Amino acid sequence: MKHMLRDPRMRQVISACITLGFAVGVFAISFGVSAVSAGASVAQACVMSLLVFTGASQFSLVSVIGSGGTPASAFGGAALLAARNGVYGLAMAPHLEGSLGKRLVAAQLTIDESTAMAVAQDDPAHRRAAFWVTGLSVYLFWNVGTLIGAELGTAIDPMKYGLDAAFPAAFVAILFPVLKDRVSRWAAITGAVVCLALIPFVPVGIPILAATVGVLFGIPDPADDASKVAE
Amino acid sequence: MSWTLVFVLAGTAYFFKVLGLVVVGDRTLPPMLSRCLALIPAALLAAIVVKDTFSVGRHLVIDARAAGVAAAALAAWRKVPLIGVIVIGAAVTAVVRAVG
Repeated sequence: MKHMLRDPRMRQVISACITLGFAVGVFAISFGVSAVSAGASVAQACVMSLLVFTGASQFSLVSVIGSGGTPASAFGGAALLAARNGVYGLAMAPHLEGSLGKRLVAAQLTIDESTAMAVAQDDPAHRRAAFWVTGLSVYLFWNVGTLIGAELGTAIDPMKYGLDAAFPAAFVAILFPVLKDRVSRWAAITGAVVCLALIPFVPVGIPILAATVGVLFGIPDPADDASKVAE
Repeated sequence: MSWTLVFVLAGTAYFFKVLGLVVVGDRTLPPMLSRCLALIPAALLAAIVVKDTFSVGRHLVIDARAAGVAAAALAAWRKVPLIGVIVIGAAVTAVVRAVG
């Protein structure tokens, strides 16, 4: 650990990861508030954050229940959103070698934030550190934030403070460094367009999964003719 | 809300998380698959950003969030630290919403 902190880039990575965890914690307050106002108990909101631990699914579940949806439809949307963590696991697997026990713990921490911070690093050591530090700090702050929000209940209105925009704002900030080459930019544009085009027509959760077609830009080998990449 | 729903979702979420990480394990993936997997964050993050900015459920909308996220994008592009980007995004959204 000590030798890790002597590397200035590593210190930078770790501090960015902890900052992200804190920001997600602020966002978790709005989850706690939404959950309780949708009819969940404080205990249910907290257990969800401890065990489900994937924000988009949790939000989707409470929003469908809150707007009078059936448990089955609430579960369907939330499960579809959770499916993307499986794809993240595929992307992270080659970088997280270790025992089965360690992988089982890593699995619970495999979410948007930890994956995004990890893949933004070029060096394997930085990548692993980014995954673990982000995963653990998000886990900590997400649960503390949920508890605070659930206890506050309906005392604050997350919309009034623009907290509903905190999430996309954080992801814009994470997205920028990911768009380092032309192929990534095409993948991002495709993902965004496909998602927006589908939103009015298919159940919540599906547009996000469909957006992964953007990864097909990875099929052409960049060692081949560069013009093929743009196709 | 029922506890059954909470636990079934928890089990499902963990199942998906374990699936990718433990099933693939240490195996080396073909280069083409690796290149595609490396593009997942770009495609998914962009999709999540537009969804959270321009939709409410299954409706496309342009509201105060668009201004907040645009301000956040500008801040991110000017290399403002993450926490600053988030505060700017939330603050601009709150102000536009209050004024609008």
